[in-house]
Amino acid sequence: MYPESMMESLKKVEANRAANAAYEPARMSAEDKDALLKKYHPDYIEDQFENLKIGPNKGEKVPHELAAMLQAHSRLANYEVDLSNPDYDVDVLVIGGGGSGSAAAIMANEGGANVMIVTKLRHGDANTMMAEGGIQAADKENDSPAQHFIDCYGGGHFAAKKELVYKLVTEAPDCILWLNHLGVEFDKDEDGRMVTTHGGGTSRKRMHAAKDYSGAEIMRTLRDEVINRKIPVVDFTSAIEIIKDDKGNAAGAVLLNMETRQIKVAKAKTVIICTGGAGRMHYQGFPTSNHYGATADGLVLGYRAGAKLLYPDTLQYHPTGAAYPSQILGALVTEKVRSIGAKLVNANGEVYIHPLETRDVNAAGIIRETSDRGNGIDTGDGQAVWLDTPMIELIHGEGTIMKRIPAMHRMFAKFGIDIRKEPILVYPTLHYQNGGLDIDTNCMTTEVENLFVAGEAVGGIHGRNRLMGNSLLDIIVFGRDAGIAAAAKAKDVTVGNLTLDHVKAFEKELADAGIETELISPKLLPDYRPEDKKDHMLDVIVPDYK
Amino acid sequence: MEEFVNVYFFGKKYEVPANLTIMRAMEYAGYQLMRGCGCRNGFCGACATIYRIKGKKDLNFCLACSTKVEEDMYVATLPFFPLDKQVYDIETITPDQQLMMQLYPEVYACIGCNACTNACPQQLNTMQYIAYAQRGDYENCAEESFDCIMCGNCSNRCPAGISHPQVAMLARRINGKYIAKEAEHLLNRVKELHDDNKLTDDVKAIMNLSEAEVQNLYNTRDIEK
Ligand SMILES: Cc1cc2nc3c(=O)[nH]c(=O)nc-3n(C[C@H](O)[C@H](O)[C@H](O)COP(=O)(O)OP(=O)(O)OC[C@H]3O[C@@H](n4cnc5c(N)ncnc54)[C@H](O)[C@@H]3O)c2cc1C
Ligand code: FES
Repeated sequence: MYPESMMESLKKVEANRAANAAYEPARMSAEDKDALLKKYHPDYIEDQFENLKIGPNKGEKVPHELAAMLQAHSRLANYEVDLSNPDYDVDVLVIGGGGSGSAAAIMANEGGANVMIVTKLRHGDANTMMAEGGIQAADKENDSPAQHFIDCYGGGHFAAKKELVYKLVTEAPDCILWLNHLGVEFDKDEDGRMVTTHGGGTSRKRMHAAKDYSGAEIMRTLRDEVINRKIPVVDFTSAIEIIKDDKGNAAGAVLLNMETRQIKVAKAKTVIICTGGAGRMHYQGFPTSNHYGATADGLVLGYRAGAKLLYPDTLQYHPTGAAYPSQILGALVTEKVRSIGAKLVNANGEVYIHPLETRDVNAAGIIRETSDRGNGIDTGDGQAVWLDTPMIELIHGEGTIMKRIPAMHRMFAKFGIDIRKEPILVYPTLHYQNGGLDIDTNCMTTEVENLFVAGEAVGGIHGRNRLMGNSLLDIIVFGRDAGIAAAAKAKDVTVGNLTLDHVKAFEKELADAGIETELISPKLLPDYRPEDKKDHMLDVIVPDYK
Repeated sequence: MEEFVNVYFFGKKYEVPANLTIMRAMEYAGYQLMRGCGCRNGFCGACATIYRIKGKKDLNFCLACSTKVEEDMYVATLPFFPLDKQVYDIETITPDQQLMMQLYPEVYACIGCNACTNACPQQLNTMQYIAYAQRGDYENCAEESFDCIMCGNCSNRCPAGISHPQVAMLARRINGKYIAKEAEHLLNRVKELHDDNKLTDDVKAIMNLSEAEVQNLYNTRDIEK
């Protein structure tokens, strides 16, 4: 199903397949990796970043697109919200109904708190639902939390907060067992042993999976459990500002009904931000693997309330985003495809890198191969390299693809490509927000009391690069812990008078810094309507004659 | 030259590029989506959609995010379907056939029309997994339904009012918790971690190393083949 223009290259890939499958490419040295990253990784392109002019991270660099949102107006800049009669009054308010939010809500409920979830789209319309590859935990005999620590900390370029990594790796086995006992169906062999594989940057095979629907399996199970526990979920509703009390502590959120645009007020003793990632910010114009609502809202909410960001300048570009056909441009091709044997091959049919170098290294490698080295394939939308999926069945036998990566097969089959017989074309896609809000080991922000964070909105767990399988893990570890901590803390909290003065103060800071902008934030959703059409659209059909 | 096709969203005609998915075509036409759009890539089930090609008799079921537009396609999205989800306590239920009878008795009203299977955008054998559910065969029901994304297309077609995705959800949780064998190595590791401090102390020891020492440890670590 590939066009004629790609056939010559495709033939080379086929001709070399057997040899390439048997070939074990060398791992790169630490120095070579450094040099590759500095020259080709998007995080290192200086002119794509700017320094923040206001707020807790003033003077630090973030991508332009994020700066624009962090330094934009509040939706409430010219709107007085009546805070005196909250529509909801709960112990724990969870913002975001993805994996971390659901885990947090379950544990807060377990801890006896009156907890509520508010979420932008449907419960489970989230990056968690999309995770394919798997979740790490050191539970095999040849593995240990210490080994897991080294992989995670080293993979993150020695920049992670060690005390957070400690929690991640030592609580991992507990979390897998918790999920399994909730009914999550992990891949197991006949004896009940977990089927585990490598992921990029792992030194032991500790990737647990549920076929290639790992995240979906976790998400739908957690969602089912939230419903079974009768935890209220307010869907199609976004948090647009954190509310504080007169002591300066977090005390709720202003909510916006996405459909009717009605404003509601939620008062809470503790608040947990679980809003996930930022792929739909399309940093540096990259396509993304993320869900529709991944717009870095939590970072904006937290920042305006005074919380600090850690490593907001590091993003993860997943090396293997689908590059062809254009209908699935940017969609994720799970790393598991490489874990189980497919290698990256350039236009000449050469394996040019080890397929399981860390993600940042492999992303930079593809960018180098398709730019300076001129070994890319032109897809019509841009450049790409091959990921030789038929190798998988050459190595592990026929049927492996349908058994281990059915979702991948389905994604391409819908557009006429059979990955069992044909290789696929890939190019890096914006995948994960490595940085986020800075938290302590209790999952509370370092600057704002009673404001907790869990999941992809946290910064510091993965340093400057996250390994596959450590994010699904962190949303469970820190989601659970945040729920427990927020419920416990709520017992001692008496909320003072509610206020949005910090939002006013932020507006003043904007003005004082001379920032002129028409943008408002958080972004909530991307807008994919064509610009020329938008220019001719009226926002109001029924005018207000009041 | 870009090729265009005529499609009808909720009966209204729009001209859109031929290589777009239904979802992208709606955006091209000027819709800012709110309902019916989640993962945008076939994993979340937010975008269940039905369509008919003008002049043809059959009604088709698909996901708007993963289906290309066609000439004369009449499209209606189905962003929500009122599925019936029964609540239960996963810790205290007994995973037998009785349970299915209690929670989802309507599975026994299946008339075998196979409309559910025909409506599945994941090409699952939906009617077959309902048959397994009837027998209380949770293991096979779980396996057969595993790739379900809970879009609700099946239930929308069911004359018996079955909420297939919820039946399957129950089966999978039961299979994962009660039927699949426990992972001994996992239980052992959890016990080890709770019984003594050896494993956690090992981590702390690494945390206390100098940066140079940790870097060395990382760069020289052996990698399992
Ligand atoms: C395609 C893909 C594949 C992946 N594969 C893996 C993998 O194999 N292994 C792994 O470990 N990790 C993987 N990841 C990463 C991992 O899935 C995510 O980082 C993780 O699930 C994030 O969980 P979360 O709970 O923090 O956020 P999410 O699951 O994204 O949930 C956030 C929720 O908050 C809601 N929300 C956002 N803003 C607001 C607001 N203002 N108000 C109210 N609600 C809001 C969102 O709509 C969403 O429902 C993958 C990610 C993607 C996108
Ligand atoms: S938007 Fe998630 S399946 Fe289509």
